[in-house]
Amino acid sequence: MVYHQAVWDEPLLAELHSKGKIGITLPSYKQIDDSRAESLVPKKLLRKDVKLPSLSQPEVVRHFTKLSQMNFGVDLGPYFLGSCTMKHNPKVSERIASNQNFSELHPYQDEDSIQGILQIFYELSEMLAEITGTSRVSLAPAAGAHGEFVGALIIRKRLQELGQLKERNEMLIPDSAHGTNPATASMAGFRVVRIPSDKEGLVDVEALKKVVSKKTAGIMLTVPNTHGFFEKNIREICSTVKEAGGFTYYDGANLNAILGKARPGDMSFDIVHLNLHKTFATPHGGGGPGAGPVGVKEHLADYLPIPLIKKGKKYSFDYNRPKSIGRIKNFYGNSGLLLRAYVYIRMFGKEGLPKIAEQSVLAANYLLAKIKGEDYIPSHKTKAPVKHEFVVSVKNLTASTGVRAGDVAKALLDEGLHAPTTYFPLTVEEDLMIEPTDSEPLSSLDRYAEVLKKIAETARKDASQIFASPKNTAVGRLDEVKANHPLTLTLNWNKLVK
Amino acid sequence: MPIFTAGAEMKAKQLLPNLNDETIAKMLSVIGAKSIDDLFSDIPKDLKLTRELNIPSNMSEMEIERHVQELLAKNYVKPTLSFLGAGAYSHYVPAVVEQIISRSEFYTSYTPYQPEISQGMLQSLFEYQSLICNLTHMDVANSSMYDWGTAVGEAARMAFRLKGRKRILVSGNVGPERFEIMKTYLWPFDVQIEVIPYDKKTGRADLNAVKSRMTDDVSAIYVENPNFFGVFEDDIEDIASIAHAKGALLIAGIDPISLGIAKPPGEYGADIAVGEGQSMGMHVNFGGPYVGIFAVKGGQEIIRQMPGRIIGMTTTKDGNRRGFSQVLQTREQHIRRENATSNICTNQSLCALAVCVYLALLGEEGIKNISKRIIATSHYASKVLSEVSSVEAPYFEGSFFREFTAKIKRSNISKKLLQSEIVGGLDLSRFFPELKEVYLYSFSEIHSPEDIQKLADALKKVKS
Repeated sequence: MVYHQAVWDEPLLAELHSKGKIGITLPSYKQIDDSRAESLVPKKLLRKDVKLPSLSQPEVVRHFTKLSQMNFGVDLGPYFLGSCTMKHNPKVSERIASNQNFSELHPYQDEDSIQGILQIFYELSEMLAEITGTSRVSLAPAAGAHGEFVGALIIRKRLQELGQLKERNEMLIPDSAHGTNPATASMAGFRVVRIPSDKEGLVDVEALKKVVSKKTAGIMLTVPNTHGFFEKNIREICSTVKEAGGFTYYDGANLNAILGKARPGDMSFDIVHLNLHKTFATPHGGGGPGAGPVGVKEHLADYLPIPLIKKGKKYSFDYNRPKSIGRIKNFYGNSGLLLRAYVYIRMFGKEGLPKIAEQSVLAANYLLAKIKGEDYIPSHKTKAPVKHEFVVSVKNLTASTGVRAGDVAKALLDEGLHAPTTYFPLTVEEDLMIEPTDSEPLSSLDRYAEVLKKIAETARKDASQIFASPKNTAVGRLDEVKANHPLTLTLNWNKLVK
Repeated sequence: MPIFTAGAEMKAKQLLPNLNDETIAKMLSVIGAKSIDDLFSDIPKDLKLTRELNIPSNMSEMEIERHVQELLAKNYVKPTLSFLGAGAYSHYVPAVVEQIISRSEFYTSYTPYQPEISQGMLQSLFEYQSLICNLTHMDVANSSMYDWGTAVGEAARMAFRLKGRKRILVSGNVGPERFEIMKTYLWPFDVQIEVIPYDKKTGRADLNAVKSRMTDDVSAIYVENPNFFGVFEDDIEDIASIAHAKGALLIAGIDPISLGIAKPPGEYGADIAVGEGQSMGMHVNFGGPYVGIFAVKGGQEIIRQMPGRIIGMTTTKDGNRRGFSQVLQTREQHIRRENATSNICTNQSLCALAVCVYLALLGEEGIKNISKRIIATSHYASKVLSEVSSVEAPYFEGSFFREFTAKIKRSNISKKLLQSEIVGGLDLSRFFPELKEVYLYSFSEIHSPEDIQKLADALKKVKS
């Protein structure tokens, strides 16, 4: 055993409460009289009582430090969560983002006083346009799904202008797509039409041709797809949709696989979103914040959200965009993440970016070669190499031992290896979606493969050991029924603490 | 031909552990491929990029740090002499908050899909939800949205899902950017958004206008308290009653840091409360990342229409230990796909953690202290500024919390103040053409009486 996560029976903040304690105090000024504060609030709006847990500073620090020890980040070990690209986050970006010249910069300051950050964002958007092969990039969206929403609204706006919005209301989405794609399409008012995958794990082009029609608004495609394959028929897919009058949307969640090798714009995509927290290594923060810039070709540039940044004698915001879909986010986007992505891209530069793709694809193919077999069956029979990630099924293991994909995931946790994505994509049964990324040393790829082998062997010898995992994490398996049942659903501490 | 030729000029190699030729050769032999190029053979030749990307050459860590720091030095920053607010607020960020959110167990983790190994973030988010409920007196909070503006957008969509009525009313004094985001979010629904005028004297929502426009085809009304002008909406409870009488919802926009002294939305009839958490533990960061507060009143039928992740408390299967996990995921995109309540996937967990640590530090006494200090400081400032002959402050008569409007009869005032190293308030005519020469000034605990005096002196110096 090499891994034991800390186990603390750490109470809730509310259970640590003790009246009269405080963790931070204020200066006092003789001119500013806090005691008259209540008289300044309209009587109807005066608060009677506030209940919050009160702790001293050392207690707060211990509480959260203990909690941090019961959390696993990529700085602790391999985190091969497919499609999520959990790679190393350069520490220099953290130091740069903590600089007061950025952190205390107010978004509404006079443009003359924010030229530095405007230059960085302008250059970032230009570099992202070059990387994706698009013409203009908006940095506003706060996450990948937010970028998708922008993309879908751009299609909607363009269709409206063409007078085709009523008849073109179908968005084509492959069955292997991330759940955000259909959710986005429907959020933007489109009807979702599902396209099946073929035997090789690619979009079934014949099936696509059958559903493309005058109703087609567009297609949302993830490339490489969630099976880890590059859509080799991409030209035909795009031209099929375009000839029918639809738009082509590239979900760039997996762009890390083709950085500097190929560009969505050259594949004739109209719209591309990127996940900066994936491809460009900004930290994921336990589920966010992220950033999801959107690039479009020239014919759709007018529809991008406001504002964009333009370069003249100086850098400035461009709000005068009458055809824009409007505003999508307060201010200009998740600036802190944009800054980190700028650092990452400039650090790798034109020489380094293609190496990111090479190294992530090399690692994925290596790990697949090491583990594929009867226990970990590649999702599709194909000669094509995978790209940055791959999908294997453990259905044989499930049939013979009862051990399911979710159980393999839990057993991995006990070895200090974060589990891969499980039960996704929905097209493959009992699947694990594994993305080793560009930043994982060979030794951890080897160890991951060994542990997977060991798990399969243990499953055959004594499956109960696998079902009993995880044992080395802060808690064992949780009661999901209790967690979700209306009678036991507990979404805050108010029922627990008096 | 060597497999990898970049060699010495590859400056980011410290981030790529398997870059040397030997390792690559070993990996290729296991794969059974001749070269890395083989691994890209599936990309059609005519789609391959045959040139280098047109972006600058790579840089060493030292070079990039220097380069970016030099660019950032072109910005002008002095938080204690900045009086801009309008949705992004400079506050003191306790050192503890930064230390905790800089722990890489937290910031380099992903969404807690494997709860057993992610209890730290899950418990923190559960505590965040609980603290938000305590602060707002709402029943259930989610674990965060992207920011206030997108929370407003999602709240309006949720109201429409629940009510299905074609009109949504918005008070004319809400944050203009938030209003724009709401419009963008609602556009696919073909909902009619109507602006209720504000009272030109007090700056508050016009109660009579609310009454006359509220009919039974309205899904919700959105009101902020305090509103964009910093003014408390004294009659918000009446607005709630007017809405509820017609079966509509009240969506209340809140400033959470005011809730140490101001009545929480859960007590004046808000059905959905949204707000910005940035002021509690985060720097202004040039507008992001921030954290959108989203909380509701009501039972299961309401909760099931909520967007975003929600964390719940449970036990281990053997019932022996407490544990936390994501719950009610059947609302979410990865399960429900096109039928999800929202496409939201990423939230702002790390920012929610910052809010959680911040509120833990404040506690009962601290939240009261800071609310009181902010309101006392802004009133002190309004008195000091009103003594400047060119300044009429406050411009609106309504009671205010942290921000107030000031009429300043000088042209180009922001640029002139910058010459005195002061970042002045927001020119409201940018969003409200009727408010010529009216500015929005924001104050907090970081402003000392001397800082405020410096502002007053600088304003005195500005000649017309």
